[in-house]
Amino acid sequence: MDFSLAPEILASTIRMAVPLILACLAGLWSERSGIVDIGLEGKMLAAAFAAATGAAVFHSAWIGLFFALLVSVCVALIHGYASITQRGNQVVSGVAINMLAAGLAVVLGNTWFKEGGRTPALDPDTRFMPIDFPGVAALANVPIIGGLTKIIFGHSILTYLALILVPLTAWALAKTRFGLRLRAVGENPQAVDTAGISVSKLRYEAVIIAGLLCGVAGAYISTSLSASFVRDMTAGRGFMALAALIFANWRAWPALGACLLFGFLQAIGNFMQGAHLGSFIIPVQFFNALPYIMTVILLAGFIGKSIPPKASGIPYTKDR
Amino acid sequence: MNRGGELPRWVDIGLIPLLNLVIALFVAGLVVLIIGENPFQALGIMLNGAVGSLKGWSYMFYYATNFIFTGLAVAVAFHAGLFNIGGEGQAYIAGLGAAFVGLGLEFLPWWMVIPLATLACFLVGALWAWIPGYLQAKRGSHIVITTIMFNYIASSLIGYIIIYWLRPLGSMATQSRAINGAYILNFREMGKMFFGLKLPSTPLNPVVFLALAAAWGVWYLLWRTKLGYEIRAVGANTEAAIYAGIKPDRIIMITMAISGGLAGLLAANEILGVQHLLLLEFVQGAGFVGIAVALMGRSHPVGIVLAALLFGLLYQGGTELSFAIPKISRDMIVVIQGLVILFMGALEQTFRPYLSAYFFKAED
Repeated sequence: MDFSLAPEILASTIRMAVPLILACLAGLWSERSGIVDIGLEGKMLAAAFAAATGAAVFHSAWIGLFFALLVSVCVALIHGYASITQRGNQVVSGVAINMLAAGLAVVLGNTWFKEGGRTPALDPDTRFMPIDFPGVAALANVPIIGGLTKIIFGHSILTYLALILVPLTAWALAKTRFGLRLRAVGENPQAVDTAGISVSKLRYEAVIIAGLLCGVAGAYISTSLSASFVRDMTAGRGFMALAALIFANWRAWPALGACLLFGFLQAIGNFMQGAHLGSFIIPVQFFNALPYIMTVILLAGFIGKSIPPKASGIPYTKDR
Repeated sequence: MNRGGELPRWVDIGLIPLLNLVIALFVAGLVVLIIGENPFQALGIMLNGAVGSLKGWSYMFYYATNFIFTGLAVAVAFHAGLFNIGGEGQAYIAGLGAAFVGLGLEFLPWWMVIPLATLACFLVGALWAWIPGYLQAKRGSHIVITTIMFNYIASSLIGYIIIYWLRPLGSMATQSRAINGAYILNFREMGKMFFGLKLPSTPLNPVVFLALAAAWGVWYLLWRTKLGYEIRAVGANTEAAIYAGIKPDRIIMITMAISGGLAGLLAANEILGVQHLLLLEFVQGAGFVGIAVALMGRSHPVGIVLAALLFGLLYQGGTELSFAIPKISRDMIVVIQGLVILFMGALEQTFRPYLSAYFFKAED
């Protein structure tokens, strides 16, 4: 392996990890309140389409982001309505949302832009581009420091937003009244209800937060990582985020670690297309499958134990 | 309002599902309207494309064959209270069974290889679902998550095996060499070879009878055998089942294996009967259609066969529709699928309170 590639791989790790982090935090908020969210993938995909469409039509990445948030929250509310108000099966609702998003994005994209479901390619000024920090360019050729600047600075504003949201989530869930109540509702909704706090309201709030976070993730994928929407472009990231969430035992800081690890595996997989280690060829497929294999092993309790919130997936019935 | 109000049986298994289906199709019609086409015209083209010709009919049955297998797979697991979301991966990995037996035993006569390869599809699919079943039963890992993870693991594994093991030397295409030993003739080829008939060119083949037999087999298993009783008991009330001397762990593992095996039979249709070689992504979402089919068919084999035919109609009609009106691409089918799952699965209880209010008022 060539170590001169290390800064590139690490920078790519962060790029790969950002959507995972955002989706993983979305899942964290939702599941901590007791709502299982299989639909992270669908929300991100819908948001990615909305962001690319908004940015292409209104020539602004920010308007794209606004549409992404709007659409993703609407989708989240469908999930909320089905699982909170109607007490439907949350997994079924998530599966439905994933399909609806995958189908609708292509059908609408095909109608509006006539490029087989693609959205028009975005110019750099209608995308979230890496921020140009003053003075960083001068350091690019300095050994070691040059590599470090590549890892730390070469990112768009959404990356830094994602990274700030990790401590913010950890703090909100551990220290604020809202966060404590939200966690309580995911563990023991009866107790929260007895205390006179609305279970439904808290869960709806959690679902909306999840929608917002998936919205940012989707916008990142289509307007920062790429320059347009392509069908199925989230490529299973929602499920990988779900895996990371389990890996992190439903906590924010470990979620960051798990997402960086999975992002690293994706980055290596991308860089190693057809590369070998000595005479032994490590197949790309191995790196692609590794996050899922690790999650299965973890879930089986062979390395540590992950314990989901007690009430997650169970609809709350007030009169019982 | 009494949510669990006693409704007449015909309302429960007839009217409510029908109402939900109508709403799903209504919303799908709205989508067609939004993209500026006439929903009724679209419906007409779809129906004509599916049931307006012998070719349409036989394509419809070909699609339905796959959906019966995956629908039964989901339904069997549902009866034990398990949500097997991994039909896609189980069907996909079963392609390995078809390829390994079909290629490895091609020196045997066809009447031995075809049953063996079909059995291999069942067994490989069963194994791929048994593992999550085992992990759920013995290690407490959630079956939904594990089966999702197994979909992705299957996808990587098959990619690896095709590229590094099965791809003929020098070939660029990521597919195995032709599986000629276990070549299931389709009806068109049969008609030409044995009767001199000229049938329309469609992939429909005798595996469709295997699908119908599987539906009957699932009915027999669930409602006429001790194992089926145990499966349903575990699904209905695990605690009570334990008191009745049933071991839920054992039932979970067996049910998942049966479920995965049924999904695996899709590979017999697709690989042995249609493609005649192992290729990437041959399942094409049929595993997920199985969820919609099982929900729509109320997890009963008769319902599943009917729902599978309806989805077969959607797939065949949708393909014709996308030729006739290019603006409505085949992805519209995925939208309808999503709507069906949403309204018939997650929101299935939405109208119950209104209906029970209506029926109780009528009775007073």
